[in-house]
Amino acid sequence: MSQVPGRSWQEVVDMQQEKSGVPEGLWMRCSACEAMVYRKQVAMNLWVCPECDHHYRIDARQRITQLCDPDSFEPKWTDITPTDPLKFEDLKPYKQRLKDESSKVDHPDAILAGTGYIKGRRIVLAALDPNFMMGSMGSVVGEVLTCAIEHARERDWPLIIVSCSGGARMQESALSLMQMAKTSAALARLDDDGGLFISVLTDPTTGGVTASFAMLGDVIIAEPKALIGFAGPRVIANTVRQELPPGFQRAEFLVEKGFVDRIVERRNLRSEISRIIDYAGK
Amino acid sequence: MANGSYEGSFQLEFEKPLVQLEKQIAELERHEDAAGDFASEIKKLRASYSTLLKKTYAKLTPWQTVQVARHPGRPQSIDYIRTFVKDFAELHGDRRYGDDPAIITGFGRIGPYKCMVVAHNKGKETKEKIACHFGCAHPEGYRKAMAKMKLAEKFGLPIVTFIDTPGAYPGIGAEERGQAEAIAYNLREMAKLKVPVVCVVIGEGGSGGALGIGVGDRIAMLQYAWYSVISPEGCAAILWKTGEKASAAAEQLHLTAKENLKLGIVDEVIDEPLGGAHRDLSATAEQVEKWIVQSLRELNRYKVDNLVKRRYDKFRALGQTAAS
Ligand SMILES: [Zn+2]
Repeated sequence: MSQVPGRSWQEVVDMQQEKSGVPEGLWMRCSACEAMVYRKQVAMNLWVCPECDHHYRIDARQRITQLCDPDSFEPKWTDITPTDPLKFEDLKPYKQRLKDESSKVDHPDAILAGTGYIKGRRIVLAALDPNFMMGSMGSVVGEVLTCAIEHARERDWPLIIVSCSGGARMQESALSLMQMAKTSAALARLDDDGGLFISVLTDPTTGGVTASFAMLGDVIIAEPKALIGFAGPRVIANTVRQELPPGFQRAEFLVEKGFVDRIVERRNLRSEISRIIDYAGK
Repeated sequence: MANGSYEGSFQLEFEKPLVQLEKQIAELERHEDAAGDFASEIKKLRASYSTLLKKTYAKLTPWQTVQVARHPGRPQSIDYIRTFVKDFAELHGDRRYGDDPAIITGFGRIGPYKCMVVAHNKGKETKEKIACHFGCAHPEGYRKAMAKMKLAEKFGLPIVTFIDTPGAYPGIGAEERGQAEAIAYNLREMAKLKVPVVCVVIGEGGSGGALGIGVGDRIAMLQYAWYSVISPEGCAAILWKTGEKASAAAEQLHLTAKENLKLGIVDEVIDEPLGGAHRDLSATAEQVEKWIVQSLRELNRYKVDNLVKRRYDKFRALGQTAAS
């Protein structure tokens, strides 16, 4: 079940444990099934619960490490950094928020993108990072994504975007909103040129991210039980004043309604992406 | 002047002193013939009314602006269509699921131009408002908009959109039918439409629901409209943990026309009559029509490829980042 060939499991586990942000300890309680599980075993299982198959949220660095061939990933556009164009201040100034969040990740905003290989196939890859302001899309995320889309188009390489985001970032207001139009416009050009875009939806993918690039994949795949939607479940419940149906806005629900092509478990993502590239890529 | 044409008894909190004066003036005018000469009194009241109106509207806060944008008497898309879109031929349905009344589409002439009009519809009477979900469109609304925009593209008609929505509808059916996909698809397809697209935010520019018909070559906002990534109430509920901080959120979101112009989100602010569009539909409509006609005239000069490229470049440039 080697997912990261060429690297020992111990290395992968160490690396992922360092980044995981899950409290250290030999054992952990699964937040989904409440079983006590051996932490190392969860990490080796790509942060999927060995008991109940719950897919934990993982940060962009782990995601990329899991997906790319060992040491093949080259980060790009990491010099694009956030500003505070509106001098936004809620309970905490946005500037301070940015500073605090930046200590949780090793890249400047809620995204890590670059080029790499998946099972020997050249790709452009971007992953949103839930550890930075819940993966929200502001100017930096929109700009890096657009650069990645344009790069894929210029090189004619398959584009893979792994979404994990609460939506557009409120602290940049309409500038965030416009990132939806910007990334979608870039995808329009990629689409016109026959480029392949595989959109991978993970828990959660909501709001302005879903309502732009995430739903524009040629092939859209989702991890099991991922929350995927436009409006948040709480907002919907408050609006319609009725109980939401079971499984509402989960990946399986979107497959049933016709908006997601395939559900793919994390351990199979590499091989599934490779397979799609072999069918649709150039 | 107080023409009393706006909706019944509704009063904005900060307009109460104004409405009070309006009532007094109307009262005196009614009694003038019967009970004698109030001319000088009326004149005095009118003077203080006009001073107060100017003073009130000179320093509207962002939150007050949002309230003006939501005034039940504020002109809606349908009012502009009735005022200056000639020979309007409404077209219904998305050819997929249904006909969402929250989006109106149809052929019509604006000035010398034959156009496709695509507009949010909030509804006037209670029944209509409910049917329109108060201007919150469902996926079938966005799909209807796109279907008619593609129709316009096929026959070389420019597209004019009127934006006025609190947001796309957050409901069970909307999610089941792919609200996110419908909006996303519109964003991608509008970016490459081979005809001119002009958009006017006439009232509320609520997030993705607004942008879903808002990717254009020229975008204007009425002076007291708002446009933002989220409603002030929604933002306050999330960031301040209480909807009561909507006023602070409105401030922080920079959602006014002036601020959006500064950020490059819109190209122009269309001035409203003193005291807001709800005081004078025809004066507002005249300005809106003028801007649309002028924009279409300018856009007509571009060859199609250049037009689409310029649209791309316009959105490509939006956002503010730094280089480390
Ligand atoms: Zn479990």
